[in-house]
Amino acid sequence: MNQSSTRSTALFTNDRYPKPRYIMSDCPIHPNLFTWPAENPSLLGGLCEHCGEVSFPVQSSCRSCSGSGSSVIELGDRGVLWTWTVQNFLPKPPYVTDQTPATFKPYGVGYIEMPAGVRVESRLLTADADKLKIGMPMQLVIEPFSANDRGGHNLCFAFDIVEND
Amino acid sequence: MDVAIVGVGMHPFGRTPSMTGLQQGAAATRAALADAGIQWSDIECGYGGSQDAGNADAIVNEMGLSGLQFTHIFNGCATGGSSLHAAYTAVKSGEYRNALVLGFDKHAPGAFNATPADWGIDDWYGEVGLMLTTQYFGMKIQRYMHDYNIANEALIAVAEKAFHNGSINPTAWRRQALSREDIATSQMISHPLRKYMFCSPAEGAVALILCSTEEAKRYTAQPIFLNAAAIRTRHYGSFEVFSPSQPVAHADSPTVIASRAAFQQAGIGPEDIDIAQLQDTESGAEIIHMAENGFCEHGEQQQWLRDGHTKIGGKLPVNTDGGCLANGEPVGASGLRQVHEICVQLRQQGGARQVPGKPRTGYTHVYGAPGISGVTILSR
Ligand SMILES: [Zn+2]
Repeated sequence: MNQSSTRSTALFTNDRYPKPRYIMSDCPIHPNLFTWPAENPSLLGGLCEHCGEVSFPVQSSCRSCSGSGSSVIELGDRGVLWTWTVQNFLPKPPYVTDQTPATFKPYGVGYIEMPAGVRVESRLLTADADKLKIGMPMQLVIEPFSANDRGGHNLCFAFDIVEND
Repeated sequence: MDVAIVGVGMHPFGRTPSMTGLQQGAAATRAALADAGIQWSDIECGYGGSQDAGNADAIVNEMGLSGLQFTHIFNGCATGGSSLHAAYTAVKSGEYRNALVLGFDKHAPGAFNATPADWGIDDWYGEVGLMLTTQYFGMKIQRYMHDYNIANEALIAVAEKAFHNGSINPTAWRRQALSREDIATSQMISHPLRKYMFCSPAEGAVALILCSTEEAKRYTAQPIFLNAAAIRTRHYGSFEVFSPSQPVAHADSPTVIASRAAFQQAGIGPEDIDIAQLQDTESGAEIIHMAENGFCEHGEQQQWLRDGHTKIGGKLPVNTDGGCLANGEPVGASGLRQVHEICVQLRQQGGARQVPGKPRTGYTHVYGAPGISGVTILSR
């Protein structure tokens, strides 16, 4: 695999990230979003030391009780689709892409309710409105999103429909 | 001290390439001053804002350097409501005899693009394509329709009403009525919302002159009384725009709490309101806001729309000027357009869109990112 030529934003193509091989030049798009490297990655959240509310992304101050201080916890890799939409036009910056309005491919967006008690907004691997149903189980995936300055990719999380659950 | 609106002015919404946003603001200010019969030099304070057309306090460069106190306000799409609220409290306190409220804007075409850092969110959220208000509106109404068994026909009915009302409003931007089929087959933007169910960023300006009710008769035979003005932000558990996550816990939205506070201030209830302007950034928002402001139960909206209750001539006409859908949304001015329209209607100056039966009371509701609602209750 020639990393230096992969300048295109191959976000969420049909080529799944090669498990369990990790490409060392790839790195998460932001720290503390998910466990990495990991064979079965998990989303990460913050657990408020005072009231027990869960935040995503990890946040040291609490939006519920105004307390400060939280610990990082794993939110798991499975959830349920709480709501969804499809992004049907090419967003303006700050969206990072090399697509044009002509080459733009719509993408799904949804909130996934995690068992830890928080709904996480995420890109979805399907943009097919006929396939997305509120309440369906969803699986976390980690995918290359954009090129990073180390010749690899920034990795981001997304959710995919669980086909054979 | 009670507060009255004695002058209203508007620069028509839409596109005016020959004028800056600030110049449109000056045109609206001059119209409001003329309407009240008051001189610029007699205005004691001003509150106003714009998102993309510069500082509102620069209005003195257009109107004259009169030395008045002027405060620039920015609160997203609720900027107009926040400006009005600030002016309302300034006059109500007795500190100032009168106040100018000004909102104007001039946006580039296309959906707004927001910067995550301005909203306390890390950059990755925007980079991966989640920082879009259109997605939020699609997801919010998708869940709402699921929870309350509301069908697409309700979204279409709201848009059809808006463009009909716009077609009989000479200052509306979109003045062509659209058929149900035009709306139902327009381009899908963000499921389940289509092109003609969304408002667009636009240009325009509105100015209002406020004074104490004791002084109101000096300026006009038809003062409109501001019985309540309330602004509220979100509680933990309310589903709002630009949220990388939301808690499972549920809390009433800022609209519910602002509405409740305003009704309490005014000492009346939703059943006493004759005409309402509700934030309709898209069709779904108007549907949700009908219930959140207390006018019907959640889930009753579809039947209300089938029965035509929110049409001009219905039991509660909503967005009689075409709302955001037909007027577009110049952020600084949008909430004040709602108040302007209520004043026009209560003064019986609505022309072809005049609500019959001489309405006595009006209600406005503006909503802005990331979860701010402003409500006013007005009467004649
Ligand atoms: Zn807490």
